[in-house]
Amino acid sequence: MKTKFQRRLMREARYAVTKRWWIWIIAGLLPLQALALSGEEVMKKSQAAFLYPGKDFKARVVMKLINKDGQERVRELTMLRKNVGEAGGEQKYFMYFFQPADVKDMTFMTYKYPARDDDRWMFIPAINMVKRIAAQDKRSSFVGSDFTYEDVSGRDLEDDTHALEREEKIGGRDCYVVKSTPKGSDADFGYKLTWVDKANFLPLKEEQYDKKGARYKLFTADEVADVQGIPTVVKRSMKNLQTGHRTEVAYLKSGYNLGIEDSLFTERFLRQPPRKWID
Amino acid sequence: MARFAALCAVLLLVPTAARAEVALSGFLQQNTAANTAAANPDGRHTKWLEERAQLKLDASGGAWRLLAKGDLAYDHLGRQDQSELREGYVDYTASRWDLRAGRQVITWGLGDLVFVNDVFPKDHEALFAGRPLEYLKRGVDAVKLGAYPEFANFELVLSPGFRESRIPDARRFHLYDPMPAVAKRETVKPGQGDVGLRIYRDVAGYDAALYLYRGFQRTPSMRPDSMTAPTKISYFYPQLSVYGASVSGRAGDGVLSLEAAYYDSRQDRSGNDFAVPNSQTRLLAGYQIQPAEDLTLGFQYYAEIMQDYGAYVAALPPGFPMEKRWSHTVTARLTQFFRHQTLRLSAYASYNASNGDHYVNPELRYSFTDKVWGALGANFFGGKPWGQFGQLSRDDNAYLQVRYEF
Repeated sequence: MKTKFQRRLMREARYAVTKRWWIWIIAGLLPLQALALSGEEVMKKSQAAFLYPGKDFKARVVMKLINKDGQERVRELTMLRKNVGEAGGEQKYFMYFFQPADVKDMTFMTYKYPARDDDRWMFIPAINMVKRIAAQDKRSSFVGSDFTYEDVSGRDLEDDTHALEREEKIGGRDCYVVKSTPKGSDADFGYKLTWVDKANFLPLKEEQYDKKGARYKLFTADEVADVQGIPTVVKRSMKNLQTGHRTEVAYLKSGYNLGIEDSLFTERFLRQPPRKWID
Repeated sequence: MARFAALCAVLLLVPTAARAEVALSGFLQQNTAANTAAANPDGRHTKWLEERAQLKLDASGGAWRLLAKGDLAYDHLGRQDQSELREGYVDYTASRWDLRAGRQVITWGLGDLVFVNDVFPKDHEALFAGRPLEYLKRGVDAVKLGAYPEFANFELVLSPGFRESRIPDARRFHLYDPMPAVAKRETVKPGQGDVGLRIYRDVAGYDAALYLYRGFQRTPSMRPDSMTAPTKISYFYPQLSVYGASVSGRAGDGVLSLEAAYYDSRQDRSGNDFAVPNSQTRLLAGYQIQPAEDLTLGFQYYAEIMQDYGAYVAALPPGFPMEKRWSHTVTARLTQFFRHQTLRLSAYASYNASNGDHYVNPELRYSFTDKVWGALGANFFGGKPWGQFGQLSRDDNAYLQVRYEF
């Protein structure tokens, strides 16, 4: 026969177990909640990890344009990027060309704004002239490569709807697979699938499909390196699966948070790019 | 050859300067332009036939930079050695100001082959004879001071000596001459230099600039010693001041450029001297769009308005062609890239609605490799016999440029 006291003790113990059971349920649900990112959120984090890390960024970029017969053309430039605000916000880009010889010393500047057209300027050294250039077609090729301007500096997330399709491993890394479909009809692709690394949110692969649903372009992140603690895609390629033309890009000498001044992104330095930033 | 020797001396001396980073580059080029309409006044069938080698040295150390660009060239149409120092200057860059001293190319304004505020010397012959675009501009020997305080940017250009624009050679081009019988001719260049100031800044997302210039017309005016029985014609460069402004920025889907300038003909403010150009207002509106991938279209409207038209008409000697008060010109340019931007088709057309003057320049340019490119193009001219392009109507030509860069 249990005493009144024992019964009370048992009741409280049962209550505690019950209470703990609820805690476990909640605890179990929490990480699930965190993991169940929407396609939108995955792409937002991916944009931040891929295009916005650091306050600023510099890389010597070597692009190889390779046709289906294996003939190569090389485009070499220094790219400088500075974020104006938070990830997803305004950015400024400055590019200085080393190669090919006929565009040596040419510089190129972009002010990138979310949800509206960029401002672009070009300096043509042959006639020593700075020109503003029309920039409404972000899907056009960047210096003749298979990358578009948007592939280089990012596509507005609001231009597409993003749906989390599935999760899948690529090269041993867990990825989200997100399907992005353009809201408007101006894009040159029908939809794209992006494999986003769950650990660092870098896009490891992207398949673009044309408007008929055929595979069109394939992006792969071929090497990810740790640059000052920031995972960085230092080798990437884009292949046009319909023409066989491809572009391989290597980032040499990359660095973050270098203290690039705002004044760099002005006509003054477009005309006279400072050695310390472009080498 | 003295210039070449000086260039060589510079090229040899500079690398020895301590701790400088030195880069050498250059090109070899062949350039031919063949007549398609008629022979030259000198009987030849080519406007241009030349081999050229350029050597460029770019050295920098600390805040200093030296750039020297020298050309060795041989002309097969009688000029022979055409070697020249294209550019040669020293830069000093501080945080809020900089300085460039020496021969340098300066381009102001926004026009595409239309010049409103670009008061610096040009080589019109180069354009009409199918030479690469960079030869359209001639360097000036000047000191350029840049100052960059917070509120605006300033560029002051001081040239101790005047440098004129190069006009087409009368042996190669059929130029309009109101007094062809007068054989004795002389050219008087200004004994002074000139000065220009450009102030520019961003205004609400637009690039805005003001331009001031005090100097001389870059192309000569002619004055006969007598109107009734001329024995000699003097060419001279009238005094000129220019006050201008420009603005450019995004408008709709493209880029809008607006430019205006007042040309104050200081030597003849009343407009009574027929030999000196009347004071003038120049207006330019340009719009550029990119309607499809690798395709750019550009349109310009350009006007020249004579200031003292009544005085001009009254002073014009009989037999001289009379210009209209307003001169309206429209231009269009199409640029289309193909084959991963290695093949470029461009076409430029200009039409003056006031006198029918027109000029068309189609060009196809291909980069065979990253180091070798070639361009095939043509220049077609037409209009009244005294118009800027009309006088060249027998000078239509097709040209070829081939360049190896290293």
